[in-house]
Amino acid sequence: MVEINEKNARTWSRIGIRAIYGQALAAYAAENPNIIAISADLGRSSGLDRFSKEYPNQFINTGIAEQTMVGVAAGLARSGFDVFASTFAPFASMRASEQVRMNMGYMGEPVKLVALGSGFAMGYLGNSHYGLEDLAVMRAIPGLTIVSPADCAEIYKTLEACIGYPRPVYIRLTGAINCPIVYEKDYAFELGKAVWIKPASDITIVSAGTTVGHCLKAVSILEEEGHSIGLLNMHTVKPLDVEALEKVAATSSTMIVVEEHMRSGGLGSAVIEHFAGRLDVPCRLVTHGIPDHYGETGTYSYMLKISGLDAEGIADFVRHTV
Amino acid sequence: MVTELDIRKTIIDISFKCGEPTHIGGSLSMVELLNLLFGEVLKHRPKEPEWADRDLFILSKGHSVLCYLAVLHLYGYFDAEKLATFQTNGSDFIAHPVKKPQLGIESSNGSLGQGLSYGLGLALGMEMKNEDRRVYVMLGDGECNEGSVWEAAALAAELSSHRLCAIIDENHFRNDGSTSTYANKIKLSGIWRSFGWNVIEIDGHDRQQIRKAFASASAYREGPTAIVANTVKGRGIDFMEGNNDWHHNRITANVYKDCLRALGLEPING
Repeated sequence: MVEINEKNARTWSRIGIRAIYGQALAAYAAENPNIIAISADLGRSSGLDRFSKEYPNQFINTGIAEQTMVGVAAGLARSGFDVFASTFAPFASMRASEQVRMNMGYMGEPVKLVALGSGFAMGYLGNSHYGLEDLAVMRAIPGLTIVSPADCAEIYKTLEACIGYPRPVYIRLTGAINCPIVYEKDYAFELGKAVWIKPASDITIVSAGTTVGHCLKAVSILEEEGHSIGLLNMHTVKPLDVEALEKVAATSSTMIVVEEHMRSGGLGSAVIEHFAGRLDVPCRLVTHGIPDHYGETGTYSYMLKISGLDAEGIADFVRHTV
Repeated sequence: MVTELDIRKTIIDISFKCGEPTHIGGSLSMVELLNLLFGEVLKHRPKEPEWADRDLFILSKGHSVLCYLAVLHLYGYFDAEKLATFQTNGSDFIAHPVKKPQLGIESSNGSLGQGLSYGLGLALGMEMKNEDRRVYVMLGDGECNEGSVWEAAALAAELSSHRLCAIIDENHFRNDGSTSTYANKIKLSGIWRSFGWNVIEIDGHDRQQIRKAFASASAYREGPTAIVANTVKGRGIDFMEGNNDWHHNRITANVYKDCLRALGLEPING
Protein backbone atom coordinates (compact mmCIF):
# COMPACT_ATOMS: atom_id res chain seq x y z
CA MET A 1 0.00 0.00 0.00
CA VAL A 2 1.39 3.39 -0.95
CA GLU A 3 1.61 6.07 1.69
CA ILE A 4 -1.38 8.29 2.30
CA ASN A 5 -0.08 11.79 2.90
CA GLU A 6 -0.97 15.32 1.98
CA LYS A 7 1.21 15.39 -1.13
CA ASN A 8 -0.03 12.07 -2.50
CA ALA A 9 -3.63 12.98 -1.73
CA ARG A 10 -3.29 16.20 -3.75
CA THR A 11 -1.63 14.41 -6.66
CA TRP A 12 -4.25 11.67 -6.67
CA SER A 13 -7.07 14.16 -6.59
CA ARG A 14 -5.64 15.88 -9.66
CA ILE A 15 -5.27 12.55 -11.47
CA GLY A 16 -8.88 11.73 -10.63
CA ILE A 17 -10.91 8.82 -9.40
CA ARG A 18 -11.07 6.66 -12.52
CA ALA A 19 -7.38 6.91 -13.37
CA ILE A 20 -6.48 6.25 -9.75
CA TYR A 21 -8.49 3.07 -9.88
CA GLY A 22 -6.26 1.74 -12.69
CA GLN A 23 -3.14 3.08 -11.03
CA ALA A 24 -3.98 1.50 -7.69
CA LEU A 25 -4.87 -1.83 -9.23
CA ALA A 26 -1.60 -1.84 -11.18
CA ALA A 27 0.31 -1.13 -7.97
CA TYR A 28 -1.25 -4.17 -6.32
CA ALA A 29 -0.85 -6.32 -9.44
CA ALA A 30 2.88 -5.57 -9.40
CA GLU A 31 3.15 -7.66 -6.26
CA ASN A 32 0.32 -10.07 -6.91
CA PRO A 33 0.10 -12.12 -10.12
CA ASN A 34 -3.26 -13.47 -8.98
CA ILE A 35 -4.94 -10.16 -9.78
CA ILE A 36 -6.79 -9.97 -13.09
CA ALA A 37 -8.31 -6.80 -14.50
CA ILE A 38 -11.18 -7.11 -16.94
CA SER A 39 -12.63 -4.23 -18.83
CA ALA A 40 -15.53 -3.98 -21.25
CA ASP A 41 -13.50 -1.77 -23.59
CA LEU A 42 -13.05 1.04 -21.11
CA GLY A 43 -9.46 0.38 -20.11
CA ARG A 44 -8.33 3.77 -21.34
CA SER A 45 -11.13 5.45 -19.41
CA SER A 46 -10.14 3.84 -16.16
CA GLY A 47 -6.38 4.09 -15.98
CA LEU A 48 -6.00 0.48 -17.03
CA ASP A 49 -4.02 1.21 -20.19
CA ARG A 50 -0.78 1.11 -18.23
CA PHE A 51 -1.96 -2.00 -16.43
CA SER A 52 -2.69 -3.71 -19.74
CA LYS A 53 0.77 -2.89 -21.07
CA GLU A 54 2.70 -3.86 -17.96
CA TYR A 55 0.68 -6.96 -17.09
CA PRO A 56 -0.76 -8.16 -20.39
CA ASN A 57 -1.25 -11.67 -19.01
CA GLN A 58 -3.40 -10.28 -16.23
CA PHE A 59 -5.64 -8.14 -18.40
CA ILE A 60 -8.65 -9.00 -20.56
CA ASN A 61 -10.68 -6.63 -22.71
CA THR A 62 -14.00 -8.32 -23.35
CA GLY A 63 -15.00 -5.75 -25.91
CA ILE A 64 -18.21 -3.82 -25.45
CA ALA A 65 -19.90 -6.77 -23.84
CA GLU A 66 -20.72 -6.15 -20.20
CA GLN A 67 -22.80 -9.28 -19.71
CA THR A 68 -19.94 -11.41 -20.92
CA MET A 69 -17.52 -9.39 -18.82
CA VAL A 70 -19.39 -10.39 -15.68
CA GLY A 71 -19.77 -14.02 -16.77
CA VAL A 72 -16.09 -14.35 -17.65
CA ALA A 73 -15.11 -12.59 -14.44
CA ALA A 74 -17.22 -15.09 -12.49
CA GLY A 75 -15.57 -18.07 -14.17
CA LEU A 76 -12.13 -16.66 -13.42
CA ALA A 77 -13.06 -15.79 -9.84
CA ARG A 78 -14.33 -19.35 -9.40
CA SER A 79 -10.91 -20.49 -10.60
CA GLY A 80 -9.28 -18.67 -7.70
CA PHE A 81 -8.20 -15.38 -9.25
CA ASP A 82 -8.74 -11.94 -7.73
CA VAL A 83 -10.84 -10.53 -10.53
CA PHE A 84 -11.62 -6.82 -10.86
CA ALA A 85 -14.08 -6.19 -13.69
CA SER A 86 -14.87 -2.62 -14.58
CA THR A 87 -17.13 -0.57 -16.79
CA PHE A 88 -19.33 2.48 -16.38
CA ALA A 89 -21.84 2.18 -13.55
CA PRO A 90 -25.10 1.80 -15.49
CA PHE A 91 -23.62 -0.91 -17.69
CA ALA A 92 -22.12 -2.80 -14.75
CA SER A 93 -25.22 -2.62 -12.61
CA MET A 94 -28.04 -2.60 -15.13
CA ARG A 95 -26.94 -3.94 -18.52
CA ALA A 96 -25.34 -6.86 -16.74
CA SER A 97 -27.57 -6.96 -13.68
CA GLU A 98 -28.90 -10.43 -14.34
CA GLN A 99 -25.39 -11.76 -14.81
CA VAL A 100 -24.51 -10.11 -11.50
CA ARG A 101 -27.55 -11.74 -9.93
CA MET A 102 -26.82 -15.26 -11.21
CA ASN A 103 -23.04 -15.27 -10.98
CA MET A 104 -22.22 -13.04 -8.04
CA GLY A 105 -25.46 -13.25 -6.08
CA TYR A 106 -26.89 -16.72 -6.62
CA MET A 107 -23.61 -18.56 -7.14
CA GLY A 108 -21.62 -16.22 -4.93
CA GLU A 109 -18.61 -16.04 -7.25
CA PRO A 110 -16.30 -13.48 -5.63
CA VAL A 111 -16.01 -11.02 -8.53
CA LYS A 112 -15.07 -7.46 -7.68
CA LEU A 113 -17.27 -5.42 -10.01
CA VAL A 114 -16.06 -1.86 -10.34
CA ALA A 115 -18.61 0.74 -11.42
CA LEU A 116 -16.78 3.66 -13.00
CA GLY A 117 -18.12 7.18 -13.21
CA SER A 118 -21.12 6.57 -11.03
CA GLY A 119 -23.41 9.34 -9.87
CA PHE A 120 -23.11 12.38 -12.14
CA ALA A 121 -19.39 11.89 -12.76
CA MET A 122 -19.79 11.43 -16.51
CA GLY A 123 -20.96 15.04 -16.87
CA TYR A 124 -21.90 15.89 -20.46
CA LEU A 125 -22.15 12.20 -21.42
CA GLY A 126 -25.54 12.50 -19.82
CA ASN A 127 -28.14 10.33 -18.20
CA SER A 128 -27.30 7.31 -20.35
CA HIS A 129 -23.94 7.24 -18.57
CA TYR A 130 -24.94 8.38 -15.09
CA GLY A 131 -25.12 5.94 -12.22
CA LEU A 132 -28.12 7.18 -10.31
CA GLU A 133 -29.95 3.91 -9.75
CA ASP A 134 -27.10 1.44 -9.43
CA LEU A 135 -27.23 1.13 -5.66
CA ALA A 136 -30.94 0.35 -5.79
CA VAL A 137 -30.36 -2.49 -8.24
CA MET A 138 -27.24 -3.89 -6.61
CA ARG A 139 -28.55 -3.58 -3.05
CA ALA A 140 -31.48 -5.81 -3.92
CA ILE A 141 -29.19 -8.70 -4.85
CA PRO A 142 -28.41 -10.87 -1.83
CA GLY A 143 -24.80 -11.65 -1.03
CA LEU A 144 -23.15 -8.58 -2.50
CA THR A 145 -20.95 -6.32 -0.46
CA ILE A 146 -21.26 -2.76 -1.75
CA VAL A 147 -18.53 -0.21 -1.22
CA SER A 148 -18.32 3.40 -2.32
CA PRO A 149 -14.92 4.95 -1.56
CA ALA A 150 -14.84 8.55 -0.38
CA ASP A 151 -11.67 9.58 -2.20
CA CYS A 152 -8.60 8.30 -3.99
CA ALA A 153 -6.90 7.15 -0.82
CA GLU A 154 -9.97 5.12 0.00
CA ILE A 155 -9.84 3.51 -3.44
CA TYR A 156 -6.42 2.14 -2.48
CA LYS A 157 -7.88 0.98 0.83
CA THR A 158 -10.91 -0.60 -0.83
CA LEU A 159 -8.92 -2.51 -3.43
CA GLU A 160 -6.48 -3.71 -0.79
CA ALA A 161 -9.38 -4.98 1.32
CA CYS A 162 -10.96 -6.69 -1.68
CA ILE A 163 -7.88 -8.66 -2.67
CA GLY A 164 -8.37 -12.13 -1.27
CA TYR A 165 -11.82 -11.22 0.03
CA PRO A 166 -13.86 -14.36 -0.66
CA ARG A 167 -17.18 -12.70 -1.45
CA PRO A 168 -18.51 -10.66 -4.38
CA VAL A 169 -18.22 -6.89 -4.13
CA TYR A 170 -19.74 -4.02 -6.08
CA ILE A 171 -17.35 -1.06 -5.91
CA ARG A 172 -19.11 2.17 -6.77
CA LEU A 173 -16.78 4.94 -7.89
CA THR A 174 -18.26 8.40 -7.91
CA GLY A 175 -16.15 11.50 -8.43
CA ALA A 176 -13.87 12.66 -11.21
CA ILE A 177 -10.72 14.75 -11.37
CA ASN A 178 -10.08 17.25 -8.58
CA CYS A 179 -12.37 15.35 -6.29
CA PRO A 180 -12.44 16.60 -2.71
CA ILE A 181 -9.78 15.09 -0.45
CA VAL A 182 -11.04 13.38 2.67
CA TYR A 183 -7.93 11.54 3.82
CA GLU A 184 -4.47 13.06 4.02
CA LYS A 185 -3.04 10.51 6.38
CA ASP A 186 -3.36 6.82 6.97
CA TYR A 187 -6.39 5.49 8.82
CA ALA A 188 -7.99 2.18 9.68
CA PHE A 189 -10.20 0.82 6.92
CA GLU A 190 -12.29 -2.29 7.16
CA LEU A 191 -15.12 -3.43 4.92
CA GLY A 192 -18.41 -2.97 6.75
CA LYS A 193 -16.98 -0.57 9.31
CA ALA A 194 -17.90 3.08 8.82
CA VAL A 195 -15.33 5.77 9.52
CA TRP A 196 -16.02 8.83 11.66
CA ILE A 197 -14.81 11.99 9.95
CA LYS A 198 -16.40 14.22 12.59
CA PRO A 199 -17.79 12.73 15.78
CA ALA A 200 -21.54 12.34 16.12
CA SER A 201 -23.20 15.56 17.16
CA ASP A 202 -26.70 17.00 17.48
CA ILE A 203 -26.85 16.93 13.71
CA THR A 204 -24.97 14.12 12.00
CA ILE A 205 -24.51 13.56 8.29
CA VAL A 206 -24.15 10.03 6.98
CA SER A 207 -22.77 9.74 3.47
CA ALA A 208 -20.78 7.56 1.09
CA GLY A 209 -18.64 7.98 -2.01
CA THR A 210 -17.07 11.26 -2.98
CA THR A 211 -20.14 12.99 -1.58
CA VAL A 212 -18.39 12.55 1.78
CA GLY A 213 -15.80 15.10 0.66
CA HIS A 214 -18.48 17.60 -0.32
CA CYS A 215 -20.16 16.97 3.02
CA LEU A 216 -16.87 17.63 4.77
CA LYS A 217 -16.63 21.02 3.08
CA ALA A 218 -20.25 21.71 3.98
CA VAL A 219 -19.49 20.88 7.60
CA SER A 220 -16.63 23.41 7.58
CA ILE A 221 -18.99 26.09 6.25
CA LEU A 222 -21.57 25.26 8.90
CA GLU A 223 -18.99 25.11 11.68
CA GLU A 224 -17.98 28.67 10.84
CA GLU A 225 -21.63 29.57 11.36
CA GLY A 226 -21.53 28.01 14.78
CA HIS A 227 -23.11 24.63 14.07
CA SER A 228 -21.66 21.43 15.34
CA ILE A 229 -22.10 18.68 12.77
CA GLY A 230 -21.06 15.06 12.86
CA LEU A 231 -19.99 13.23 9.68
CA LEU A 232 -19.90 9.50 9.14
CA ASN A 233 -18.31 7.92 6.07
CA MET A 234 -20.50 4.88 5.43
CA HIS A 235 -18.17 3.61 2.72
CA THR A 236 -19.73 0.18 2.90
CA VAL A 237 -23.32 0.66 1.84
CA LYS A 238 -24.04 -3.04 2.28
CA PRO A 239 -23.85 -4.43 4.85
CA LEU A 240 -24.41 -1.20 6.76
CA ASP A 241 -22.38 -0.55 9.87
CA VAL A 242 -25.42 -0.66 12.12
CA GLU A 243 -23.38 -0.06 15.23
CA ALA A 244 -22.28 3.30 13.88
CA LEU A 245 -25.85 4.10 12.81
CA GLU A 246 -27.13 3.27 16.29
CA LYS A 247 -24.52 5.62 17.68
CA VAL A 248 -25.86 8.40 15.44
CA ALA A 249 -29.42 7.63 16.46
CA ALA A 250 -28.48 7.69 20.13
CA THR A 251 -26.45 10.90 19.92
CA SER A 252 -28.15 13.10 17.36
CA SER A 253 -31.53 14.76 17.16
CA THR A 254 -31.26 14.77 13.35
CA MET A 255 -29.55 12.31 11.04
CA ILE A 256 -29.15 13.47 7.45
CA VAL A 257 -28.22 10.96 4.78
CA VAL A 258 -26.64 12.64 1.78
CA GLU A 259 -25.99 10.74 -1.42
CA GLU A 260 -25.31 11.14 -5.12
CA HIS A 261 -28.00 8.65 -6.08
CA MET A 262 -31.74 8.59 -6.54
CA ARG A 263 -33.42 9.05 -3.17
CA SER A 264 -35.07 5.75 -3.93
CA GLY A 265 -33.07 2.65 -3.21
CA GLY A 266 -29.73 4.09 -2.19
CA LEU A 267 -27.96 4.68 1.11
CA GLY A 268 -30.87 6.72 2.47
CA SER A 269 -33.25 3.86 1.78
CA ALA A 270 -30.85 1.42 3.39
CA VAL A 271 -30.71 3.53 6.55
CA ILE A 272 -34.50 3.89 6.59
CA GLU A 273 -34.83 0.11 6.21
CA HIS A 274 -32.57 -0.37 9.20
CA PHE A 275 -34.71 1.81 11.44
CA ALA A 276 -38.11 0.85 9.98
CA GLY A 277 -40.68 -0.08 12.56
CA ARG A 278 -38.60 1.05 15.50
CA LEU A 279 -40.34 3.10 18.19
CA ASP A 280 -37.22 3.65 20.26
CA VAL A 281 -35.43 6.02 17.89
CA PRO A 282 -35.92 9.63 18.94
CA CYS A 283 -33.63 10.81 16.13
CA ARG A 284 -35.23 12.44 13.09
CA LEU A 285 -34.10 10.89 9.82
CA VAL A 286 -33.86 12.96 6.65
CA THR A 287 -32.51 11.91 3.26
CA HIS A 288 -31.02 14.14 0.59
CA GLY A 289 -30.45 12.70 -2.86
CA ILE A 290 -31.61 13.02 -6.43
CA PRO A 291 -35.34 13.46 -7.11
CA ASP A 292 -37.23 10.90 -9.14
CA HIS A 293 -36.71 12.15 -12.68
CA TYR A 294 -34.10 12.37 -15.44
CA GLY A 295 -33.12 15.99 -15.52
CA GLU A 296 -30.90 18.21 -17.60
CA THR A 297 -27.25 17.53 -18.28
CA GLY A 298 -24.10 19.56 -17.67
CA THR A 299 -20.62 19.39 -16.23
CA TYR A 300 -20.10 17.32 -13.12
CA SER A 301 -19.82 20.36 -10.90
CA TYR A 302 -22.93 21.87 -12.49
CA MET A 303 -24.89 18.68 -11.90
CA LEU A 304 -23.82 18.58 -8.26
CA LYS A 305 -24.72 22.23 -7.88
CA ILE A 306 -28.23 22.00 -9.35
CA SER A 307 -28.85 18.87 -7.31
CA GLY A 308 -27.78 20.53 -4.09
CA LEU A 309 -24.98 18.03 -3.70
CA ASP A 310 -21.97 20.33 -3.74
CA ALA A 311 -20.72 21.80 -0.47
CA GLU A 312 -22.96 24.88 -0.66
CA GLY A 313 -26.00 22.82 -1.59
CA ILE A 314 -25.44 20.37 1.23
CA ALA A 315 -24.90 23.20 3.71
CA ASP A 316 -28.16 24.78 2.50
CA PHE A 317 -29.98 21.51 2.91
CA VAL A 318 -28.71 21.15 6.47
CA ARG A 319 -29.69 24.74 7.28
CA HIS A 320 -33.21 24.22 5.96
CA THR A 321 -33.55 20.89 7.74
CA VAL A 322 -32.64 22.28 11.12
CA MET B 1 -22.07 -49.10 -18.76
CA VAL B 2 -24.83 -46.54 -18.74
CA THR B 3 -27.15 -46.88 -21.72
CA GLU B 4 -29.29 -44.27 -23.33
CA LEU B 5 -32.28 -46.39 -22.40
CA ASP B 6 -31.26 -46.19 -18.72
CA ILE B 7 -31.10 -42.42 -18.98
CA ARG B 8 -34.43 -42.07 -20.80
CA LYS B 9 -36.11 -44.41 -18.32
CA THR B 10 -34.67 -42.38 -15.43
CA ILE B 11 -35.85 -39.12 -16.99
CA ILE B 12 -39.38 -40.47 -17.33
CA ASP B 13 -39.28 -41.90 -13.80
CA ILE B 14 -38.19 -38.66 -12.17
CA SER B 15 -40.70 -36.68 -14.13
CA PHE B 16 -43.57 -39.04 -13.32
CA LYS B 17 -42.69 -39.36 -9.64
CA CYS B 18 -42.54 -35.63 -8.99
CA GLY B 19 -46.09 -35.30 -10.30
CA GLU B 20 -45.42 -31.86 -11.73
CA PRO B 21 -44.88 -30.55 -15.23
CA THR B 22 -41.19 -30.87 -16.15
CA HIS B 23 -39.04 -30.08 -19.17
CA ILE B 24 -39.07 -33.45 -20.91
CA GLY B 25 -38.57 -32.84 -24.63
CA GLY B 26 -35.27 -30.98 -24.32
CA SER B 27 -33.98 -33.53 -21.84
CA LEU B 28 -34.67 -36.44 -24.16
CA SER B 29 -33.00 -34.72 -27.11
CA MET B 30 -29.59 -34.52 -25.42
CA VAL B 31 -29.37 -38.03 -23.96
CA GLU B 32 -26.78 -39.45 -26.37
CA LEU B 33 -24.67 -36.28 -26.23
CA LEU B 34 -24.51 -36.24 -22.46
CA ASN B 35 -24.01 -39.96 -22.13
CA LEU B 36 -21.04 -39.99 -24.48
CA LEU B 37 -19.63 -36.90 -22.77
CA PHE B 38 -19.83 -38.35 -19.27
CA GLY B 39 -19.05 -41.90 -20.34
CA GLU B 40 -16.09 -41.38 -22.62
CA VAL B 41 -14.92 -37.80 -22.79
CA LEU B 42 -15.19 -35.88 -19.55
CA LYS B 43 -12.31 -36.26 -17.11
CA HIS B 44 -14.21 -36.74 -13.87
CA ARG B 45 -14.43 -38.86 -10.74
CA PRO B 46 -18.00 -39.28 -9.51
CA LYS B 47 -16.77 -40.56 -6.15
CA GLU B 48 -14.45 -37.59 -5.85
CA PRO B 49 -16.67 -34.92 -7.43
CA GLU B 50 -14.45 -31.99 -6.52
CA TRP B 51 -11.30 -33.58 -7.92
CA ALA B 52 -9.12 -30.60 -8.84
CA ASP B 53 -8.10 -31.94 -12.26
CA ARG B 54 -11.61 -32.60 -13.53
CA ASP B 55 -13.12 -31.20 -16.67
CA LEU B 56 -16.18 -29.03 -16.14
CA PHE B 57 -19.63 -29.36 -17.63
CA ILE B 58 -22.05 -26.43 -17.62
CA LEU B 59 -25.68 -26.96 -18.53
CA SER B 60 -26.46 -23.56 -19.96
CA LYS B 61 -29.86 -24.82 -21.18
CA GLY B 62 -30.61 -25.33 -17.52
CA HIS B 63 -34.22 -26.34 -17.96
CA SER B 64 -33.03 -29.71 -19.33
CA VAL B 65 -31.97 -30.61 -15.82
CA LEU B 66 -33.77 -33.98 -15.89
CA CYS B 67 -31.24 -35.45 -18.30
CA TYR B 68 -28.38 -33.92 -16.31
CA LEU B 69 -29.60 -35.35 -13.01
CA ALA B 70 -30.30 -38.74 -14.59
CA VAL B 71 -26.75 -38.86 -15.95
CA LEU B 72 -25.16 -37.70 -12.70
CA HIS B 73 -27.13 -40.34 -10.81
CA LEU B 74 -26.38 -43.17 -13.23
CA TYR B 75 -22.68 -42.32 -13.22
CA GLY B 76 -22.65 -42.53 -9.45
CA TYR B 77 -22.68 -38.95 -8.15
CA PHE B 78 -25.64 -39.68 -5.89
CA ASP B 79 -28.03 -42.50 -5.16
CA ALA B 80 -31.65 -43.09 -6.16
CA GLU B 81 -32.92 -41.89 -2.83
CA LYS B 82 -31.25 -38.53 -3.32
CA LEU B 83 -32.50 -38.34 -6.90
CA ALA B 84 -36.03 -39.01 -5.67
CA THR B 85 -35.99 -35.69 -3.83
CA PHE B 86 -36.36 -33.95 -7.22
CA GLN B 87 -38.85 -31.11 -6.90
CA THR B 88 -39.66 -31.75 -3.29
CA ASN B 89 -39.55 -28.81 -0.92
CA GLY B 90 -36.02 -27.81 0.01
CA SER B 91 -34.36 -30.29 -2.35
CA ASP B 92 -31.00 -29.68 -4.01
CA PHE B 93 -32.69 -30.75 -7.22
CA ILE B 94 -35.21 -28.42 -8.77
CA ALA B 95 -36.24 -27.52 -12.31
CA HIS B 96 -32.88 -25.88 -13.00
CA PRO B 97 -29.35 -26.72 -11.87
CA VAL B 98 -28.27 -25.20 -8.56
CA LYS B 99 -24.50 -25.09 -8.16
CA LYS B 100 -23.29 -27.84 -5.89
CA PRO B 101 -19.94 -29.25 -7.00
CA GLN B 102 -20.12 -31.94 -4.33
CA LEU B 103 -23.06 -33.36 -6.30
CA GLY B 104 -21.43 -32.78 -9.66
CA ILE B 105 -23.36 -29.60 -10.47
CA GLU B 106 -20.85 -26.94 -11.39
CA SER B 107 -23.07 -23.92 -11.89
CA SER B 108 -26.49 -22.46 -11.29
CA ASN B 109 -28.46 -21.98 -14.47
CA GLY B 110 -31.97 -21.39 -15.65
CA SER B 111 -31.54 -17.92 -17.02
CA LEU B 112 -30.67 -18.72 -20.62
CA GLY B 113 -27.65 -17.28 -22.32
CA GLN B 114 -25.38 -17.13 -19.30
CA GLY B 115 -23.49 -20.42 -19.33
CA LEU B 116 -21.13 -19.67 -22.19
CA SER B 117 -19.50 -16.60 -20.67
CA TYR B 118 -19.12 -18.36 -17.33
CA GLY B 119 -17.66 -21.38 -19.10
CA LEU B 120 -15.31 -19.11 -21.02
CA GLY B 121 -14.09 -17.61 -17.73
CA LEU B 122 -13.45 -21.10 -16.39
CA ALA B 123 -11.59 -22.07 -19.56
CA LEU B 124 -9.47 -18.92 -19.39
CA GLY B 125 -8.67 -19.72 -15.77
CA MET B 126 -7.45 -23.17 -16.81
CA GLU B 127 -5.36 -21.61 -19.53
CA MET B 128 -3.80 -19.06 -17.19
CA LYS B 129 -2.91 -21.84 -14.77
CA ASN B 130 -1.75 -24.03 -17.63
CA GLU B 131 -4.05 -26.83 -16.53
CA ASP B 132 -4.84 -29.71 -18.82
CA ARG B 133 -8.59 -29.44 -18.41
CA ARG B 134 -11.54 -28.50 -20.59
CA VAL B 135 -14.95 -26.89 -20.25
CA TYR B 136 -18.04 -28.20 -22.02
CA VAL B 137 -21.08 -25.96 -22.21
CA MET B 138 -24.39 -27.36 -23.42
CA LEU B 139 -26.72 -24.84 -25.06
CA GLY B 140 -30.04 -25.11 -26.83
CA ASP B 141 -30.78 -23.75 -30.28
CA GLY B 142 -33.62 -21.70 -28.81
CA GLU B 143 -31.17 -20.37 -26.23
CA CYS B 144 -29.04 -19.08 -29.08
CA ASN B 145 -31.68 -16.34 -29.47
CA GLU B 146 -30.07 -14.71 -26.43
CA GLY B 147 -27.66 -11.94 -27.43
CA SER B 148 -25.38 -12.74 -24.53
CA VAL B 149 -24.51 -16.06 -26.22
CA TRP B 150 -22.99 -14.15 -29.11
CA GLU B 151 -21.08 -11.73 -26.93
CA ALA B 152 -19.40 -14.70 -25.31
CA ALA B 153 -18.97 -16.54 -28.61
CA ALA B 154 -17.18 -13.56 -30.13
CA LEU B 155 -14.85 -13.19 -27.17
CA ALA B 156 -14.03 -16.90 -27.00
CA ALA B 157 -12.99 -16.84 -30.64
CA GLU B 158 -11.01 -13.64 -30.18
CA LEU B 159 -9.13 -15.20 -27.28
CA SER B 160 -8.71 -18.52 -29.12
CA SER B 161 -9.98 -20.35 -26.09
CA HIS B 162 -9.46 -23.93 -27.25
CA ARG B 163 -10.30 -25.40 -23.85
CA LEU B 164 -13.89 -24.35 -24.44
CA CYS B 165 -16.31 -26.60 -26.26
CA ALA B 166 -19.93 -25.63 -26.83
CA ILE B 167 -22.44 -28.35 -27.59
CA ILE B 168 -25.57 -27.04 -29.22
CA ASP B 169 -28.53 -29.34 -28.86
CA GLU B 170 -30.34 -28.21 -31.99
CA ASN B 171 -33.71 -29.83 -31.40
CA HIS B 172 -35.54 -27.24 -33.51
CA PHE B 173 -38.00 -26.06 -30.88
CA ARG B 174 -38.20 -23.44 -28.18
CA ASN B 175 -41.02 -22.83 -25.68
CA ASP B 176 -43.61 -21.52 -28.11
CA GLY B 177 -42.80 -23.68 -31.11
CA SER B 178 -40.28 -24.01 -33.88
CA THR B 179 -36.92 -22.22 -33.78
CA SER B 180 -37.75 -21.02 -37.25
CA THR B 181 -35.40 -18.05 -37.14
CA TYR B 182 -32.50 -20.41 -37.37
CA ALA B 183 -34.00 -23.41 -39.08
CA ASN B 184 -35.49 -21.62 -42.02
CA LYS B 185 -33.56 -18.44 -42.46
CA ILE B 186 -30.09 -18.71 -41.01
CA LYS B 187 -28.19 -21.90 -40.47
CA LEU B 188 -27.14 -22.08 -36.84
CA SER B 189 -23.87 -23.80 -37.65
CA GLY B 190 -23.13 -21.03 -40.12
CA ILE B 191 -23.49 -18.40 -37.41
CA TRP B 192 -21.09 -20.19 -35.08
CA ARG B 193 -18.65 -20.57 -37.97
CA SER B 194 -18.92 -16.90 -38.84
CA PHE B 195 -18.12 -16.07 -35.21
CA GLY B 196 -14.79 -17.81 -35.71
CA TRP B 197 -15.52 -21.14 -34.07
CA ASN B 198 -14.43 -24.56 -35.21
CA VAL B 199 -17.82 -26.02 -36.07
CA ILE B 200 -18.61 -29.70 -36.24
CA GLU B 201 -22.07 -30.67 -37.43
CA ILE B 202 -23.38 -34.05 -36.40
CA ASP B 203 -26.43 -36.15 -35.86
CA GLY B 204 -26.80 -35.74 -32.11
CA HIS B 205 -28.17 -39.24 -31.68
CA ASP B 206 -25.43 -41.06 -33.57
CA ARG B 207 -22.86 -42.40 -31.09
CA GLN B 208 -20.10 -42.70 -33.69
CA GLN B 209 -20.56 -39.15 -34.91
CA ILE B 210 -20.68 -37.80 -31.37
CA ARG B 211 -17.56 -39.72 -30.42
CA LYS B 212 -15.68 -38.42 -33.42
CA ALA B 213 -16.85 -34.86 -32.79
CA PHE B 214 -15.59 -34.85 -29.21
CA ALA B 215 -12.25 -36.32 -30.30
CA SER B 216 -11.91 -33.71 -32.99
CA ALA B 217 -12.86 -30.91 -30.57
CA SER B 218 -10.21 -32.06 -28.07
CA ALA B 219 -7.56 -32.15 -30.78
CA TYR B 220 -8.37 -28.68 -32.11
CA ARG B 221 -6.01 -26.11 -30.57
CA GLU B 222 -6.67 -23.02 -32.66
CA GLY B 223 -9.78 -21.86 -30.86
CA PRO B 224 -13.12 -22.92 -29.40
CA THR B 225 -15.18 -25.70 -30.94
CA ALA B 226 -18.95 -25.77 -31.36
CA ILE B 227 -20.55 -29.14 -31.88
CA VAL B 228 -23.86 -28.38 -33.54
CA ALA B 229 -25.89 -31.50 -32.96
CA ASN B 230 -29.01 -32.07 -34.98
CA THR B 231 -31.44 -33.73 -32.58
CA VAL B 232 -35.07 -34.64 -32.19
CA LYS B 233 -36.93 -33.07 -29.33
CA GLY B 234 -38.55 -35.80 -27.25
CA ARG B 235 -36.29 -38.44 -28.83
CA GLY B 236 -36.97 -42.03 -27.85
CA ILE B 237 -40.63 -41.71 -26.94
CA ASP B 238 -42.50 -41.79 -30.20
CA PHE B 239 -45.46 -39.62 -29.25
CA MET B 240 -43.16 -36.98 -27.78
CA GLU B 241 -40.83 -36.78 -30.77
CA GLY B 242 -41.13 -33.44 -32.50
CA ASN B 243 -44.23 -32.72 -30.42
CA ASN B 244 -43.64 -29.52 -28.52
CA ASP B 245 -46.53 -30.22 -26.17
CA TRP B 246 -43.84 -32.15 -24.30
CA HIS B 247 -41.53 -29.17 -23.97
CA HIS B 248 -42.90 -28.78 -20.45
CA ASN B 249 -45.63 -31.11 -19.35
CA ARG B 250 -46.79 -33.53 -16.70
CA ILE B 251 -46.54 -37.27 -17.06
CA THR B 252 -49.72 -38.85 -15.71
CA ALA B 253 -50.01 -42.53 -14.76
CA ASN B 254 -51.43 -43.39 -18.16
CA VAL B 255 -48.79 -41.40 -20.00
CA TYR B 256 -46.13 -43.07 -17.88
CA LYS B 257 -47.30 -46.49 -19.09
CA ASP B 258 -47.25 -45.23 -22.66
CA CYS B 259 -43.72 -43.96 -22.14
CA LEU B 260 -42.54 -47.33 -20.89
CA ARG B 261 -44.13 -49.06 -23.86
CA ALA B 262 -42.51 -46.55 -26.21
CA LEU B 263 -39.15 -47.34 -24.62
CA GLY B 264 -39.81 -51.04 -25.12
CA LEU B 265 -40.24 -51.59 -21.40
CA GLU B 266 -43.45 -53.21 -20.25
CA PRO B 267 -45.15 -51.38 -17.40
CA ILE B 268 -44.63 -53.31 -14.19
CA ASN B 269 -48.34 -53.51 -13.40
CA GLY B 270 -49.55 -54.11 -16.93
